[in-house]
Amino acid sequence: MLGILASVIDGVLVGLVYGLAAMGLTLIWGVMDVINLTHGAMIVAGMFALFLLTSVLGLNPYVAMAPVLIGGFFVGVTLYWIAIHRMVGRPPLMSLLSTFSVNLVLIGVGTAVWGTALFNVDVSLPGFTMGRYTFPGAHILAAVLAAVIATALYLFLQHTRLGKSIRAVANNREAAELVGIPTTRVLAISVGLGVALAGVSGVLIATLFPFTVLSGDGYQLKGFVVTVLGGFGNPIGALMGGIALGLLEGAVTPFVPVSWTLVIEFVLFVLVLIAFPAGIFRSRRGAL
Amino acid sequence: MLSMPRRPFFWIITLAVVAFALAPVYGNDVSLRESLLLDALYITLASNLNLMLGYAGYVNFGSIVFFGLGGYICVWLVNSYKWTLAPSLVVAGVCVSGLALIFGFGILRLRGAFFALSTIGVIEAVQAFAENFTPWGGSSGIYLPASIFTPLGGPAHALWIIYFIMVGVMGASLYLSYAIKTSKFGLGLLAIGQNEDAAAILGVPTSRYKAVVYSVSAFLPAIAGGLYFFKSAFIQPSDAFDLSLSTEALVVGMLGGQGTVTGVAIGAFLYEELRGYLLTSSTFANFQLVVSGALLLLIVLFFPGGLMGWIYSRFPRTQKVLE
Amino acid sequence: MKRLILLAAAAAFIATPAFAEDTITVGFTDSQTGPLNVDSLGQQHGYEFWRDEVNAKGGIKVGGKTYKVKFVSYDDQSVGGRVQQLYTRLINQDKANFLFSPYSSGLTAPAAVISEQYSKIMIDSGGAEEKPFEQGNKYLFMVITSAGHYLSGAVAALKAKDPNAKIAMVYSDDPFSKAVLAAAAQQAKAAGLQIVMNEAYSPSTTDFGPIVNKIVSSNADAVLGGGHYSDGATLARQMHDQKANMKWISLLVAPADDKFGDLGASALGVTVPSQWELQVNYKPQFGPTTAAFAKAFQDKFHLKADYHAASGYTSGVVLQHAIELAGSIDPEKVTAALNGMDITTFFGHIKFMTDPGHHGLQAAHEMVLAQWQMVNGKLGRQVVWPQAAKSADLLFPIPAAMQ
Repeated sequence: MLGILASVIDGVLVGLVYGLAAMGLTLIWGVMDVINLTHGAMIVAGMFALFLLTSVLGLNPYVAMAPVLIGGFFVGVTLYWIAIHRMVGRPPLMSLLSTFSVNLVLIGVGTAVWGTALFNVDVSLPGFTMGRYTFPGAHILAAVLAAVIATALYLFLQHTRLGKSIRAVANNREAAELVGIPTTRVLAISVGLGVALAGVSGVLIATLFPFTVLSGDGYQLKGFVVTVLGGFGNPIGALMGGIALGLLEGAVTPFVPVSWTLVIEFVLFVLVLIAFPAGIFRSRRGAL
Repeated sequence: MLSMPRRPFFWIITLAVVAFALAPVYGNDVSLRESLLLDALYITLASNLNLMLGYAGYVNFGSIVFFGLGGYICVWLVNSYKWTLAPSLVVAGVCVSGLALIFGFGILRLRGAFFALSTIGVIEAVQAFAENFTPWGGSSGIYLPASIFTPLGGPAHALWIIYFIMVGVMGASLYLSYAIKTSKFGLGLLAIGQNEDAAAILGVPTSRYKAVVYSVSAFLPAIAGGLYFFKSAFIQPSDAFDLSLSTEALVVGMLGGQGTVTGVAIGAFLYEELRGYLLTSSTFANFQLVVSGALLLLIVLFFPGGLMGWIYSRFPRTQKVLE
Repeated sequence: MKRLILLAAAAAFIATPAFAEDTITVGFTDSQTGPLNVDSLGQQHGYEFWRDEVNAKGGIKVGGKTYKVKFVSYDDQSVGGRVQQLYTRLINQDKANFLFSPYSSGLTAPAAVISEQYSKIMIDSGGAEEKPFEQGNKYLFMVITSAGHYLSGAVAALKAKDPNAKIAMVYSDDPFSKAVLAAAAQQAKAAGLQIVMNEAYSPSTTDFGPIVNKIVSSNADAVLGGGHYSDGATLARQMHDQKANMKWISLLVAPADDKFGDLGASALGVTVPSQWELQVNYKPQFGPTTAAFAKAFQDKFHLKADYHAASGYTSGVVLQHAIELAGSIDPEKVTAALNGMDITTFFGHIKFMTDPGHHGLQAAHEMVLAQWQMVNGKLGRQVVWPQAAKSADLLFPIPAAMQ
């Protein structure tokens, strides 16, 4: 019994991080109807940034989050101008392909430079023990930080001027343009934010698990599942979706051979898409 | 459709198919045959994907699931029930089409990006399932003993027969693409691709058409899959459901010009040749992905009509002849 | 006049044809990119070390002629589909005389289909699964110990230390790991040990948290499993972080790599079945001793030789020896030489099975069990089993993780 509870708790902890990983994806999607397929590569970039900052500069892993946030923002804005600007308003297929191609380029360069070797960032923090089960301190801290960032994002979108502009553009771009909101700038900033979030989630994930240049794809896929569960463009929804996914993985594992977890995840994903196209946790007021 | 033989494009396709079939025979060129086999495979996959993508406007990221399932069913029948190649291929094609029809009714209720995502979900779920399904060997897959080539006259001879069948499948895909495009069914699909709601209001039976085209687009890739994995004498989930193959089919469609029969075929041919070159070139081996990605980005940003779009704009009269 | 003589001499010199070099082309693919990259690199170094050594001595002596060895290789990106295309190319376009295997069972199986279709000899040092050898082949030869024997030493050693051990088998869902653990399960049952958990995880798993919890819940005190480098390393680390406190851990492949030591405390006590370690001491009938090989390898590559490198090198040695014995590069004669081979090199005793149902499987080579232990304050691998080959005593149980 305790074993099941332990799995569930662990699932929720990891799920919060999944939620953070999906947040950037859902933000960009919600604001401009663009599926950012470089998301996985950005998560990996965050992981490598952590590795470099801790091994070369000796920074504390959690302090490293700040430069990654800032750096990610600028990378995101650049990405917008290169691959997304011309695609806004065109069928989503186009932006899908343009971001996909940038992803190919990034992963290709990454593999050429770092190969596919495994990288590890050692983070040891005192954990929390419950009977024979231990929750590593790093898991707990990562989950807490994910929740904090999500809340900060939510508050930003609800209560600041820029946040409200973003929501306006997400709601109706033409109307926002008409009332004088500089939509192009807002879109660029949104992508910047989305990529910054991806990078930071990469930092947190790297404190928990080892990674390679190719790890991003897996988290991007989970990001899709989370986004679908939580609703597009909804950061709190993403968090909830992440928790749901983590819960699913944690709760299913004690009962079912571990290899079936993926099947269940993806079948559920497809079913939820069909039954709740706007997400299970969608907010009542529509996008964002 | 019966008027097809009167149109010049029909004969262009026939010429291409004959060229494929005869080229390696002249001089018994085995390495040419192997690379043309891959070209034919890519053309098959891309043309059938085009039915959904270029005509109806639905992005199917998981089109490879038909290829993989067709492969598994064919190999399984040959291995566990000792069937010969031909009936196994046909059954594989029919089964996968049938499954696609059933699945289709479910996921085709989704639009645009949601549909695209659901196809990713489908392929991941099917791959994860195949890795757990013991009658299909789970993650180890199925190995075929060398004796499967005996009814076909031994391995060397069998490889030629397989090649000719694959060229046939490629030809069928091209004819099918063309036939649909010039039919009322095709017109309906194109209308759906332009504006689905308008098409529905104007009386196009959209759900039925979508389900039918989804199912039809599964048939030939399934047979191609059966053929490919029979030839490989070995199938495992990670090879059968390789998501990157799906995305390559997509790239190819865009490269050549989605919605055009010629474009997709040329695109597939060029891409496969490029990929083959990149794969074995010592300078570029590490940069394949980078080159493919950069190429795709350029096309998407500056040449969304693909190769055919460019040709049509430069030589407008070709539009009448080359579909 | 002098000028004319000089000119004539120069002309004669230029006109003399250069000595035509006879070459033997060996083809293979390696995983320069993709998840198998780290392990594949060792094998590739082994191949290259052999080629450079042979060519430095002038080449392989066949009858009256000497052949230099030339490699043609491509990156298979750790993907099975590409392997078949590339081997077809190696055979048809690059005219390879002989083939080496890629790295890993999952890639060797498709490659073997092609080598058999074209009747080319392939020496396998990277794929330990038995299945490809049960399909009725004629030209496939495995120099390493096959999957079924990987954990037999570990099971025997565990039984000797704790006959009441409860074992959790947790392994990657890939052909190699499944074959190894299926055999291990039979060996454990025959030894009277209890198996309390037996599960395969997807090779792409990154979060082993739920799995570790399941191991703890099963009340196991020994873990056998893993797969290749990334999952093995992560599993070891998470078992340590979550204080699973296993008394015995045997993981495949990952701990045999020196990088595993970077895990620090998580690596301590972990055992790994290895095809070869630096401490192994077979007396070779020809070729270098273990110490000589290790030193020369280190000098050339500035890396410690691991078992992938040693087995890669041995592929070359075995091929060379067979060609020399046959006195020819004709595939049928070389095959006959390989079928009759019975030699001992620093790598171990090499002999192939010849019955049609198992042709090419390694009949003589044996695994050793290595364990990560503290030696003079530094983590390093010691050979702990079999008794005859050991360099240190087995550490059991693994010291519990510090609070």
